[in-house]
Amino acid sequence: MPVILVTDILVWLLAAVAAGYAFHCRRRPHLAIPWARVFRSATAMASVVVLGAYATLGLLDSLHFRPALEQKNAEQRAYSSEVLSVLDLAVSHLRGRGEKTYSAPLATRSYAKEQIELPDGRQVRDFPRLAFGGAHLNGEDEWAVDVVKRTLAGLAVAVVLLILFFLATKTLMKRRPEIPWHAAGISLAVVLLLAGPVLALSTGYHVLGTDKVGQDIFYLALKSVRTSLVIGTLTTLVLLPVGIALGISAGYFKGWVDDVIQYLYTTLNSIPGVLLIAAAVLMMQVYIDLHPETFQTAVQRADLRLLFLCVILGLTSWTGLARLLRGEALKLSQLEYIQAAHAFGVRDTRILARHILPNVSHIVIIAMVMDFSGLVLAEAVLSYVGVGVDPSTNSFGTMINAARMEMAREPVVWWALATAFSFMFALVLAANLFADAIRDGFDPRVRM
Amino acid sequence: MTGQLTESVLEVTNLKTRIDTPTGELRAVDGVDIELQKGKCFALVGESGSGKSMTALSLMRLLPEAGRISDGRVLLGGQDLLALPEAAMRAVRGRRVAMIFQEPSTALNPVLTVGRQIMEVIERHTALTGDAVRRRALELLDAVGIPDAAWRCGEYPFQLSGGLKQRVMIACALAAEPEVLIADEPTTALDVTIQAQILDLLAKLQAEHDMAILLITHDLGIVARMAQRVAVMYAGEIVEIAERGAFFAAPQHPYSQKLFEALPSSEKRGTELSAIAGQVPPLTGSFTGCRFVERCELAYLRCRQEVPRLAAIPGDASGRRLVRCHLREQGLAAAPQLISAGLDEGTLVAVASMPVLVELEDLKVHFPIRKGLFKRTVGHVKAVDGVSLTIHSGRTLALVGESGCGKTTAGKALLRLIPPTHGRVVFAGRDLSALSRQALRKSRGAMQIIFQDPYGSLNPRMRTADILAEGMRSLGVGRDEKDRMYRMAELLEQVGLPLEALARYPHEFSGGQRQRIAIARALAVEPKLIVCDEPTSALDVSVQAQILNLLKSLQDRLGIAYLFITHNISIVEYLAHEVAVMYLGRIVERGTAEEVLGNPMHPYTQALLSAVPTVEGKREIMRLSGELPSPAHPPAGCHFHPRCPKATAECRETYPEAVQLVRGRTVNCVLYRGVSKAASNI
Repeated sequence: MPVILVTDILVWLLAAVAAGYAFHCRRRPHLAIPWARVFRSATAMASVVVLGAYATLGLLDSLHFRPALEQKNAEQRAYSSEVLSVLDLAVSHLRGRGEKTYSAPLATRSYAKEQIELPDGRQVRDFPRLAFGGAHLNGEDEWAVDVVKRTLAGLAVAVVLLILFFLATKTLMKRRPEIPWHAAGISLAVVLLLAGPVLALSTGYHVLGTDKVGQDIFYLALKSVRTSLVIGTLTTLVLLPVGIALGISAGYFKGWVDDVIQYLYTTLNSIPGVLLIAAAVLMMQVYIDLHPETFQTAVQRADLRLLFLCVILGLTSWTGLARLLRGEALKLSQLEYIQAAHAFGVRDTRILARHILPNVSHIVIIAMVMDFSGLVLAEAVLSYVGVGVDPSTNSFGTMINAARMEMAREPVVWWALATAFSFMFALVLAANLFADAIRDGFDPRVRM
Repeated sequence: MTGQLTESVLEVTNLKTRIDTPTGELRAVDGVDIELQKGKCFALVGESGSGKSMTALSLMRLLPEAGRISDGRVLLGGQDLLALPEAAMRAVRGRRVAMIFQEPSTALNPVLTVGRQIMEVIERHTALTGDAVRRRALELLDAVGIPDAAWRCGEYPFQLSGGLKQRVMIACALAAEPEVLIADEPTTALDVTIQAQILDLLAKLQAEHDMAILLITHDLGIVARMAQRVAVMYAGEIVEIAERGAFFAAPQHPYSQKLFEALPSSEKRGTELSAIAGQVPPLTGSFTGCRFVERCELAYLRCRQEVPRLAAIPGDASGRRLVRCHLREQGLAAAPQLISAGLDEGTLVAVASMPVLVELEDLKVHFPIRKGLFKRTVGHVKAVDGVSLTIHSGRTLALVGESGCGKTTAGKALLRLIPPTHGRVVFAGRDLSALSRQALRKSRGAMQIIFQDPYGSLNPRMRTADILAEGMRSLGVGRDEKDRMYRMAELLEQVGLPLEALARYPHEFSGGQRQRIAIARALAVEPKLIVCDEPTSALDVSVQAQILNLLKSLQDRLGIAYLFITHNISIVEYLAHEVAVMYLGRIVERGTAEEVLGNPMHPYTQALLSAVPTVEGKREIMRLSGELPSPAHPPAGCHFHPRCPKATAECRETYPEAVQLVRGRTVNCVLYRGVSKAASNI
């Protein structure tokens, strides 16, 4: 049974809007030219590949359903209370293969000593073999060979895929020689050469280890991607209408409208953001706790909290965009084509929609991509503080929060933190590089 | 000849500058030879994109990042500047070759005082230290005619007016007594009366210091006034070099001739100006023939096949003029005939015989100055302070004045783009100021506006079709979309653009074409009056001629009245039927174009007209001291008295009443009160 979460709808809506925008741009040269300039940059192409990989994960993880339970009575179908996504199906071998507790990456034994009963009845205190990690090995001496074998197999598959990709896009490359395909190729190669062996190894091992309750870290990281993307994109969806509407009307109408809006955002800006977010999220939590009957599953409950976090983040962070747009609209409203429109008696709403909005769109796009990475990081911080997403939602913030205590342990459990760090680092770095390329492409001042 | 060679300061041979652009390598400067002589002014004339500024920047080695000098030599007193290392070049810049730029407001550092900026140059390039530096800075400020130099020294650039800033720039440039001064359009951003002051100053300093000046300009009037020798640049090449006298007597290259013919003037009234068809060819390709061939009416087969050389003209006695044209191998071209078209019938019809279309009565626009926490109004900027005008159907009224005098504000207040503070605007018998917002919207179509900047006046995100349709949709012109399409096609034909233009975006058009679109947009709603706010001041002379021709023919065919706001007197002479001269928010003189321009009465009009440099040669210049006062605090009495050479004690007391001399001609000046009485007695 498909489960439609609110954030799923919004995520797919956003993807559709992005596709529609791309189509819209293709037919309008003044929009297509800056994008063409963006894609002529090597860093942009490289980061697009990385962002694409993340987006694919996020979108696959945004198709939810509840699997049917096997029942003796065929007429009466019952569904599991567990909500799964398409991504869970794709990496089903990672899910539900919990160990008892920590284990290091690729380990065959647990990270903590236990009393083990030997077949002969004796008891020893040792590191026990893992239930799943390396369970297929006949003896632990085969480990090295097996790991190398799997790695090589993964690499081989990656290379084959690369060649296939290369052949498939050959005509495209010929048609658009100005785009730095080599940059995209290199970054695709890096992604595939990392993903290949990791996936190949993940069938038999916990590639990135397990956490305190024995969950596979690699799986947690994959599931966290969606949360980051949702926060980064849906928040802008909330932020944009507010920021744009208030920003351009303040700049265009001036007078008391401007005064009111300026007052609003200066006041909002002076309230510490974390405080506001914490208060709002806690209020939401109280509501959720008091109305448990509204939610069929735990995932739906957690999803609502995620959405609410997006809304509240959006409502506290539109001020920067509004301020930028106000300045730009002030400048534009003095321009002669706006005055010409006044001379034609064109209505204000029409002037805003036809003249002001299209001419601030570059600022909106730049602000949107710039905000994205900031929001991803903000989510991690908020979850760490404890006012972020629901504890049951996988996110980099909750991963870091769970792993922080283990930094003091001897020997240190480093893999959970390292994984969250590198996944988030790659995402934010790619987003930042892409944002830079977009700014260079869209900023009228850098145009030649 | 040898005597002249020894005087040579800067010698440029075969200078080639290339700029890398996405469309390929641009030959911005393509083999330029120039020789600057001590104490002489050499003018480089050309339209935008001809490479004249690039030549100057190449001499200073201050090219933009994408540019590089690919060939040539620049000898400064025998030393090749292009071979110098950058460190040595820095010692040359400012010390031996100095440069002043077009825009004084961006050339000065806003966070340093004026004195500091001049002293910096002195410290860098001379041996002076300590108090001597300050004394020298004061000396320089005195030399460039800045009053109260000691006090000005401590001021920041924003406290100075444009003219004063340009003087400071000149003082900076002169600080190290350079041998060569490069002036890149030094007065383009300034008003004519200030321009006259700055040009005088440059001429004086040139004589005093025996400097060589390389003057870069597009204004032939400035050339006639300043230069000893003239070079005309076109598409990266010099097409003609001559002494000033010979050049202005009989320009030899077809392009130079065209430039003169395209200038509007009173003699050409009633005739069509000669415009240069087409555009400067793209400089990215190579040329097999003359670069001007596509736009030249005299071109023949050889012009396409053989690149002309810059050569002396056979039969030219002086041997000092060089021309790049095959035609001149046959000898000198004759001096141009003065086209004495005479006044055509239309202009002889008395202006007053046409019905009155618009009447402004005591129009005032005051902008409040607000200060403090509660934004209390502490004063008013009186941008327009009681303007009364009448515009007749199908006629052109020119509103003339310096920038800041309120002429644009008056035009916009007429259209109610800016709400007037006081006064009435009667349009075709209806008082616009009494109309409601809704009723006003409906009558918007009858009055339209064309702006100065063809780049800022069209929305870059809209196609031409949408731009033209916007007004029609808003005002309900045309029955349906199909009808509007027909109308748009008709409009494009009227303004001389191809039908394909409809589907294109503004950035695909040149400045002149954009201005045509702006005109078509105004015409789309069938206006009776168009306010033209300096519609040609951002355009080159040849394009300006096209636009003026278009405006004139539209008036003849459609009977549209123009309120032509401009500071360019020659356009007024060419186009206007009536003239109103504005000073600090008020009209000081008005009458028909012949009366006002032929016999200016008000001292300000006289000064304004005499300050305009003309190609015909020198007029007696009536110099104005100082600059336009702030409209927030206009001087008591006659606004003009602090600058007026004829001011009396009475002028300081009260603002003079309008004196009617003949019908429709008034002057606000006490000098003519007696005349008026005499006139009324007759």
